[in-house]
Amino acid sequence: MRMDKSYSQSFEITGNNFFDAGKAATEVKMILKQIGINSDIIRRVAIASYEAEMNVVMYAKRASMTIEISQEKIKIVVDDEGPGIQNIELAMKEGYSTATTEMREMGFGAGMGLPNIKRNADHLKIESEVGKGTKVEFVIELKESARGGSKER
Amino acid sequence: MTLNEISKLLSCEVFCGEDQLNMDIEFGCASDLMSDVLAFSRSGAILLTGLVNTQTIHTAFIAEINAVVFVRRKKPDKDIVALAREKHIPLLGTPYSLYEASGILYKTGLISTMECISVKNENG
Repeated sequence: MRMDKSYSQSFEITGNNFFDAGKAATEVKMILKQIGINSDIIRRVAIASYEAEMNVVMYAKRASMTIEISQEKIKIVVDDEGPGIQNIELAMKEGYSTATTEMREMGFGAGMGLPNIKRNADHLKIESEVGKGTKVEFVIELKESARGGSKER
Repeated sequence: MTLNEISKLLSCEVFCGEDQLNMDIEFGCASDLMSDVLAFSRSGAILLTGLVNTQTIHTAFIAEINAVVFVRRKKPDKDIVALAREKHIPLLGTPYSLYEASGILYKTGLISTMECISVKNENG
């Protein structure tokens, strides 16, 4: 499939549904594979999307995950209805977490979510209002020249 | 190293993916923490883990892990096996602990996906 125009699709994510957690990121990965995006880029988008999806499942009530693909970039927006993040700077620190035992038993909640998104994305923007929700937006550039150097592993 | 060789070294039971045992495994990683797997793994790796749930399979699929070995005789339920079949990810089980299984594979020269960054920096 060739990308002549931009493409967009949305997925719903339900909070506390651990069984389905990962489905939206899986769909995103399948779409990118179908389009024929470079496998390294697919892996970065998929990992960042999965972490964002797990954050919704663990903390929020519900969210929409929207992927927008153009010739230049892939943009993912995860807009949730949930408790919000009290201190974004703190939440960005590796190891900082407010996760419960149940979340940790799923192999998540170790304070790696947002740092993992940052590690894989070229740009990350987080907006949050306590008691209302959080909007996580990240971009992965498709044009080599637009990328800010190599990303750390 | 092939998955079949790993299966023999770790005395594995194969839960699914019997037809994929000739696949090549380039790297190894061991963790119960899926965020660490997402952060530090590479495509083409085998994952050794004690975490037996659907998140293990989703993580393997997302991070392009070639195969998963559950340690200490842990067995996946039918939902987990069905998901792994759907994603074409072979699932194996070993009687060895995470530490022992990792050691056995490490001794054969299977490279880790999780490089020890601080030691590497100290040594230049």
